[in-house]
Amino acid sequence: MIDKFIKIQSSAVPMPIENVDTDQIIPARFLKAVERKGFGDNLFRDWRYTSGNTPNPEFVMNKPEFSGSILVGGKNFGSGSSREHAAWAIYDAGFKVVVSSFFADIFKGNALNNGLLPVQVSPEFLDEIFATISKDSKSTFTVDLEKQIFTNDATGNSFEFEINAYKKVCLLNGYDDIDYLVAMKEQIAEFETK
Amino acid sequence: MEAKTLFDKIWDAHVVKQVEGGPNVLYIDRHFIHEVTSPVAFLGLKNRGLKVFRPAQTTATPDHNVPTENQHLSIVDEMSRNQVEMLRRNCEEHGITHYGLGNDGHGVVHIIGPEQGLTQPGMTIVCGDSHTSTHGAFGAVAFGIGTSEVEMVLASQCIMQPKPKKMLITVNGELKPNVTAKDIVLYIIAKISTSGGTGHFIEFAGTAFEQLTMEGRMTVCNMSIECGARGGLIAPDEKTIEYVKGRQFAPKGEDWDKAVAYWKTLKTDEGAEFDMAYNFDAADIEPMITYGTNPGMGIKISENIPTSEGLVGNDKVSFLKSLEYMGFNEGEAIAGKPIDYVFLGSCTNGRIEDFRTFANYVKGKKKADNVVAWLVPGSVAVEKQIREEGLVEILEAAGFELRQPGCSACLAMNPDKVPAGKYAVSTTNRNFEGRQGPGARTLLASPLVAAACAITGKVTNPSDL
Repeated sequence: MIDKFIKIQSSAVPMPIENVDTDQIIPARFLKAVERKGFGDNLFRDWRYTSGNTPNPEFVMNKPEFSGSILVGGKNFGSGSSREHAAWAIYDAGFKVVVSSFFADIFKGNALNNGLLPVQVSPEFLDEIFATISKDSKSTFTVDLEKQIFTNDATGNSFEFEINAYKKVCLLNGYDDIDYLVAMKEQIAEFETK
Repeated sequence: MEAKTLFDKIWDAHVVKQVEGGPNVLYIDRHFIHEVTSPVAFLGLKNRGLKVFRPAQTTATPDHNVPTENQHLSIVDEMSRNQVEMLRRNCEEHGITHYGLGNDGHGVVHIIGPEQGLTQPGMTIVCGDSHTSTHGAFGAVAFGIGTSEVEMVLASQCIMQPKPKKMLITVNGELKPNVTAKDIVLYIIAKISTSGGTGHFIEFAGTAFEQLTMEGRMTVCNMSIECGARGGLIAPDEKTIEYVKGRQFAPKGEDWDKAVAYWKTLKTDEGAEFDMAYNFDAADIEPMITYGTNPGMGIKISENIPTSEGLVGNDKVSFLKSLEYMGFNEGEAIAGKPIDYVFLGSCTNGRIEDFRTFANYVKGKKKADNVVAWLVPGSVAVEKQIREEGLVEILEAAGFELRQPGCSACLAMNPDKVPAGKYAVSTTNRNFEGRQGPGARTLLASPLVAAACAITGKVTNPSDL
């Protein structure tokens, strides 16, 4: 089971960088755990901390004015490695939604499998989000999964985002694919004999 | 009959069920696992009280964490040791074949699969590792998955996937001297960008790929993920069949004949449609190298680093951030830049052909004093062949030494890390910030270019010597 996704209204953390790869989201040296916990501490480790392991005051997550459960990234977010630890780290750090104008395939699948909603918007809409946050870091956004609508509350503009109908049901209800597959084992065994 | 692409033929033959409004339930023939992305999947099985559904179709090896020296000793790093040990225990408990350290079958997961004949044309192959695309070289649908999906395969031998779109990349013509498989793929990624293939599965076709060895084709397919594609594949031909023949897990006797007859049908039909197509001229490709922090930032070594002219907004910010990290200036030449490290190895270029190329180039020359070189075979079998072919003597005479198999400096998860600020010419697949160690600066290149750089101690075009 994954956590159910409920409608969210929150301020957002802006990261207007393109091609944020999964090695930045969580560097390989932090993938050594054998349980799924604590990855959020090392989210964006090498950007968030200096080489001396002190918080880097320039990094957005260390600036007190930015907070919220929505992470907004530049285009091609999540490229690179298939490590699901990237989705775990973002979720573990308190984010429920990642917004970008373009997501890498494996990251998108991993996010959906963990109750982290990837919302793909147009490049223009993304620019407007960044502009809104830079005007007022406390600006809020509303994500309605049922209606598939992302709203910039400050401007009132909204974007209708796409999501696979099956995955939407999974997120709304907290179902996961493993339950689904295990329930169809007989059909799979029959397929094997073909 | 409807004309189908090679990809369609394999994918469609593995669809157990099409979920309404959703993904396909896709049957998986071969599943590879390693120590990093599998423990949480096994934990998930345990929590649900499930057993592995088809243990004979999963094969395991530890590669990301392993040191490349003194493998007979216990791993020093406690967390790495624990992860490697956990893989062994999970495999034992569930009856999965495990090629651990010290075993003749050990190596980088994407090297040992083909080596043992586990990788075959027409298969669906997955692994919790994005470079699973490597196996596409055999005309298989092979791609990387996340840990939740690893758990799905362990539990049901299936995963749920939307069917990707199809892209055709054709490269025809005569390759210039010193241009290798790695240069072809770096050239393609530079052309279509690091996200150009997203949502697609690529078929590579044309004389440039037909002429490549199986090792070269693996290098190309390995890096198809670096342009964002789910994977890449090449239609099987006589070379493919010859490569698989006689290997440990290859079909034998009557089964072999049946398999070969099927494999020969695995090609794109005349008139089959792709969602996207690119065509490149092999003669335009030269020895390549990357100058930035994603694999799309590649140039011919003969060219200068691009300028930010014409870039605006976040594009410009990202480009300049990348150059700043690399310590390069826009518009300057890359050739002649001093380097500190050379790494030959990984699932991209850790096969026997790569070592032959490197050894052949450095034969009778001397490694530059300012260069630290790590030469890491992709598997125990590759290491053995390097020794049998007398390449070790050539390498040692030129000032190089061979290490033991593993992922090594490709991803800074084991002791082989490039120090901050240092430049590494690396035959790997990713030049992301910190990929080879915090602050490390990676220049991706072919084994031939890496060899040339190791000898001169600076970025060198092998065609210039």
